[in-house]
Amino acid sequence: MTALVRRALLSDYFVLGLCVLYAAVVVPFTPSFLSVGNGTNILSTLFPLLIVALGQMAVLITGGIDLSATAVIGLTSIVGAMAINDETGWLAGSPLATPSGVVIMLAIGAAVGMFNGLAVARSGMPPFMVTFASMTGFSGLAVWLTHSKAINALPSAFVVLGGRTGVAFGIALAVAGFAHLMLSRSLLGRWLYAVGHNPRAALISGVPVSGVVVSAYVVSGFLAALAAVLYTGQAETGSPVLGQRIFLDIIGATVIGGTSLSGGKGKVLWTVFGVLFLKLVDNSMNLLNLSIFTITMAKGAVILLAACLDSARARLGTP
Amino acid sequence: MIPALQFDGIEKRFGNVPVLRSVSFQLGAGRTLGLVGENGAGKSTLMNILGGNLAPDAGQIFLHGAPHAPAHPTDAARAGVAFIHQELNLFTNLSIAENLFLTAFPRMGGVLIRRREMLDRAAALLELVGLAADPGAPVERLTPGERQLVEIARALGSDARLIIFDEPTTSLSAREMNALFSLMAKLRARGLAMIYISHILEHVHQLCDDLVVLRDGVVAGQGGVNDFTASRLVSLMVGREVDQLYPRRTSPPTDEPILEVHGVCEPGIVRDISFTLHRGEVLGISGLMGAGRSELARILFGLDPHAEGEVRLNGGSLLGASPRCHIKRGLAFLTEDRRHEGLCLNASIADNLALVSLPHYARPPLGLLDLRRWREAIRGIREAVRLSPQARDTQPVKTLSGGNQQKVVLAKWLLARPAVLILDEPTRGVDVGAKQELYRIILDLADQGTGILVISSEIEELIGICDRIIVMNRGTLCAEFLRPEFDREKLLAAALLKDPSA
Repeated sequence: MTALVRRALLSDYFVLGLCVLYAAVVVPFTPSFLSVGNGTNILSTLFPLLIVALGQMAVLITGGIDLSATAVIGLTSIVGAMAINDETGWLAGSPLATPSGVVIMLAIGAAVGMFNGLAVARSGMPPFMVTFASMTGFSGLAVWLTHSKAINALPSAFVVLGGRTGVAFGIALAVAGFAHLMLSRSLLGRWLYAVGHNPRAALISGVPVSGVVVSAYVVSGFLAALAAVLYTGQAETGSPVLGQRIFLDIIGATVIGGTSLSGGKGKVLWTVFGVLFLKLVDNSMNLLNLSIFTITMAKGAVILLAACLDSARARLGTP
Repeated sequence: MIPALQFDGIEKRFGNVPVLRSVSFQLGAGRTLGLVGENGAGKSTLMNILGGNLAPDAGQIFLHGAPHAPAHPTDAARAGVAFIHQELNLFTNLSIAENLFLTAFPRMGGVLIRRREMLDRAAALLELVGLAADPGAPVERLTPGERQLVEIARALGSDARLIIFDEPTTSLSAREMNALFSLMAKLRARGLAMIYISHILEHVHQLCDDLVVLRDGVVAGQGGVNDFTASRLVSLMVGREVDQLYPRRTSPPTDEPILEVHGVCEPGIVRDISFTLHRGEVLGISGLMGAGRSELARILFGLDPHAEGEVRLNGGSLLGASPRCHIKRGLAFLTEDRRHEGLCLNASIADNLALVSLPHYARPPLGLLDLRRWREAIRGIREAVRLSPQARDTQPVKTLSGGNQQKVVLAKWLLARPAVLILDEPTRGVDVGAKQELYRIILDLADQGTGILVISSEIEELIGICDRIIVMNRGTLCAEFLRPEFDREKLLAAALLKDPSA
């Protein structure tokens, strides 16, 4: 029996099991939970969250944390919309508006990530403080740019790109597949884990530690911007406060999946399941007509549960 | 007379593996007992049972005649058992006095600490252990040796009647070690019972009255210390005759320079260091702790800066490059701190083995690894260093014994096929059997033409494996000895010279 519990806890699919269990418990109370419409609804918000969470995971694996992801989402959303909207945009009406808008957004995301990464790697400031400061600064900038107004009238091609669940699925699948390949089989992937385990030993073993750290933050900023493309398209609006509601979800989903806050541990599959679990909780409580405050409290409890499981696993993993 | 400590038929299994099998011995009151054995022989398990970290499956312990069955480390501490560990358990941000009374602050009304009383009592304890330091000073300002004295003071302050020293000398300088040994003699004269655990058999002979040898969980031998010659002790520990701890070289060193060091200076650290290492040569660096040996190695490897001087590897300059460039050029560096600088302890054995040579297996454009070649290389190197065959590649490296961990560090460097290997204390905390295997690997490398620079605090080790030894003293090179001139006394004298420039 204990051996079975142990195997289940240490399994990669443990959180997927939790998802199934949770769904089974919730269905009797919310018959619409399993409907096709609700399924699409869950998926449409799941894919962009998965993309940001994968970026967050890259940073967590190196032993850091990126609090600025939501600020990147808001900033890129508003700058992208400013550039390409059909009324006041610099690129308004141009056939290249949508692709250029996406490129601009991704570049800004990567640049913010580069800033965070260089500040962490070169100055030795704690990642929490660096990204906390850039979260505050860049979300302020996003609001200041339009005096907190949202921007509508986005080109239809852009709306299709983000708004169609099928497109979002394709992008998320590609990102997750590529991330899995890079983390498990590439030099950079192995270096990310090594830096997270022991940066000192990694440096002495010839790992370019600063470069690896910077690249993790660049990936996180880039993927946050990619998620912003999807969120902005879904909302058909560029908004400076677009990402604020998912601040908790990004780190929560990653940690529920099993990625450790102390570095060196994390898998793409874990994060997929973590995002799924968080979304199921979120959605089912919405269906039960619970208030946003109740839902937030429940998510807090779920994240605490994840932390308990993490320490239980750590104990089991070391005889 | 009632013995201070008696183990009676202690048994312990982990899963199906017996680690202690009917272990029985006793420690007479006021005596010092040396406990020796290879890593994995069961010493730590036995001490963990004594200290309340583990419960025995069978058997009993008697402390001064009374049954001792601690359920928790605090029970053991209350019964007067104190441990002085190799990894020190002090809070470096707190003061000496606070560390001494952490669990038993003298208090007013149960809440407020009586500061004055605490400092006075701390001062008295420090005097007892011979540490001249302000009890209010933070522990982080103390050297490793001084910290150990604080630990001993803490044990005495809590009225310990039995102190266990577990590898206490690993991080001490020669002077600190002598201070520790004379304190132990003083404590013995006061009637305190002690257990001394060490791989350094010389020290065991010097300090102990009685000896117990553990091998594979059983008592392989016990008796008065004079009943054991060094070679008998080693064969009892290893279970076979170790006729030659230091293997022989098959081919002599060459005259071909491979690493040339010219006038390396860094103010306050090293002064005007010049020497040449040849292909196939094992060059030892001897000296006291703090003489600048490890610091020199770090400078050579590009980890620390240097103000002046030149380092050439294979004729090419290594000036100011990062460790990464040094590795590409063919340099390897096994640091003295295996746990913090050598290994990613929580990562798997395979990941640790591959860390240095990983770029060799990456293919453009994405840097994907050629997993087949990678696995083959790992299998090959595991056999070459004779890593414990029971250990799985995916197992965290921290689950290995010290000797096997050190083999992993050495192996990860060997996979990069270095031209020059710098070894800083390569056998620290490693048992006799594994030591011999490590020497074999090192000398085989030298036979194949690798240049090897060894830093060691064990003079016997340097004499055993080196072709040439240079001595460092306060940041300068002060003497050089060729193999025929090796002499323990002369080496020590050079290291201890008061004024090396004279």
